[in-house]
Amino acid sequence: MLVQKKATPFLLGYRLYVVAFFIFLAAPLISAGAFAFNDSLFPALPWQGFTLDWFFGDTEPKLGMFHDRRLLQGLYYSFVIAIFVSALSVFVGTTNAFLFVRGEFPGKNFFYIMMVVPLVIPGVILGISILVLASDTANYVENRFDLELEFLRPGILLVVVGQFSFIATITSLVITARLKKFDETMEEAAFNLGASRARVLRTITLPFLRPAMIAAGIVAFLVSFENFNTTLFLVGSEAPLTITMYDRMAKVGSTPVLNAVSFFLMVGSGLLALLSILIQRDRSGQ
Amino acid sequence: MMQNKDIKRLSLYLLFAPFALWIILLVILPHIGMVVLSLKEKIAPRVYEYSFANYLEFLNEPIYWNTLLRTGSMSLLVTALALLIGFPIAYYIAKIAGPRSRGGLFLLCLIPLWVSDLIRAFGWILLLRETGVISNFLLWTGLIGEPVEFLYNDVAVIVGLTYTVILFMIVPLVSTLDGMDNAMIEAGYNLGGSGFTVLRRIIIPYAMPGIVAGCIVTFMLTAGSYLTPILLGGKNSSWFTEQIYNQFITRFNWEGGAAFGMLLLFFTSLVIWLGLKLSGQTLANTVAKS
Repeated sequence: MLVQKKATPFLLGYRLYVVAFFIFLAAPLISAGAFAFNDSLFPALPWQGFTLDWFFGDTEPKLGMFHDRRLLQGLYYSFVIAIFVSALSVFVGTTNAFLFVRGEFPGKNFFYIMMVVPLVIPGVILGISILVLASDTANYVENRFDLELEFLRPGILLVVVGQFSFIATITSLVITARLKKFDETMEEAAFNLGASRARVLRTITLPFLRPAMIAAGIVAFLVSFENFNTTLFLVGSEAPLTITMYDRMAKVGSTPVLNAVSFFLMVGSGLLALLSILIQRDRSGQ
Repeated sequence: MMQNKDIKRLSLYLLFAPFALWIILLVILPHIGMVVLSLKEKIAPRVYEYSFANYLEFLNEPIYWNTLLRTGSMSLLVTALALLIGFPIAYYIAKIAGPRSRGGLFLLCLIPLWVSDLIRAFGWILLLRETGVISNFLLWTGLIGEPVEFLYNDVAVIVGLTYTVILFMIVPLVSTLDGMDNAMIEAGYNLGGSGFTVLRRIIIPYAMPGIVAGCIVTFMLTAGSYLTPILLGGKNSSWFTEQIYNQFITRFNWEGGAAFGMLLLFFTSLVIWLGLKLSGQTLANTVAKS
């Protein structure tokens, strides 16, 4: 039953189940996105006609997302945070890949497990533990040396650090998997032709890793952008977009401008996810 | 190859430094800090004493441990549902779909993978609430006479959570099943096995690393989720992360919040450890591979 491809009733039922699943997968995303285009003050049926006001409208009550200062600020902070997180995570992910694929040292398996562990710690816990350590350190320095370390208080830096603490695991795994596939005879050939270590790294090894590094960077960017749990505890006055949206939802209730933001984010993250898949697939075929 | 031993050692140290800084500063020290904080008891303003008071308060207050038990059991239920619903989908994509539709279907699973919990929950709110799409649709068909509220109950929370995490179950399953040789399944049939026997004796054992990886990530994401239970469950959602948030932010009781955080971490780690032991898998060959 499990591999036969004849049109049995079982297979037909199976296909219907798969179709039903993809409808289930799409329905909430469509409803979150579609009401952005409804010419109504509430994200609900009936359909009142098509509008782009919730993106570009510049007057209340239909203030579009591109004229809403707080949402734009949130978008900007999310972007800044995501750029830093993905740059840091790709850097550490790359050094980790070399460490675990090429390095020989005692306790390697143990350290490898330690590298994976942040991925199985709930995000809320990572957030509060980093908040506690940063605040303890800041309080200690303040009491002891009468010095106020502003950067250890909730704010952009702590958000970046908190997100990095588990996103680095994701990038490490992606880049490690790629480095494992590397044929080391290619490096040896270059050495035999008289190339220096730095040159081999720059012209052979890193170009081989580039697709994985770019894909890992995109995934890191996306995970950072959508993160809520870890960010919630570390955020200061510069709130990224997910926090701003949640505030808006809790205080004002759902308005179609949130649908516009959702639509914008879904299209953006979908395209970036597609890009990261294509980058990895193209090269692995060669 | 002529290798200078010192250079090799130096580069090992240089590669180890970022790893060590990351794990020590951002994972180990913060958790030690949290354990220490959770063992402090405030006996007067700015005066603390070490004790188990915060943990005792958890045990003495049924609301707290009921919430943890509820969070745990609902997370296990969501994990089981995600596996039951997701496994046939993953099997279809990896083994039954034609070569062309296979890539397309898998892409449909990968593209929305990183859509925020917030947007997913928002979508469900618009579908399920009293003025929402489903209620309106049922009114229109005449199946119900007046608007029905589908939100703010346990079913909405479970549906929303399963929805949020299911792709993290399907993606590792597809990757694992994809590596399985079809000849193994055919051999099972040729030896006279029924569909069920082949599934139980051949496919599931082969897919075990993917199943365990999916279950671990799904369980951890569910037990640690904050937005979905609050937005879809409303005031009665009683999710444990909400208690942690209340202790930290609303009541400013960091000692209590740290103790709750440790309890959640201990609980999820225990479940994950048990899952690995019972299935005979390790963290390195499950989560690290997905």
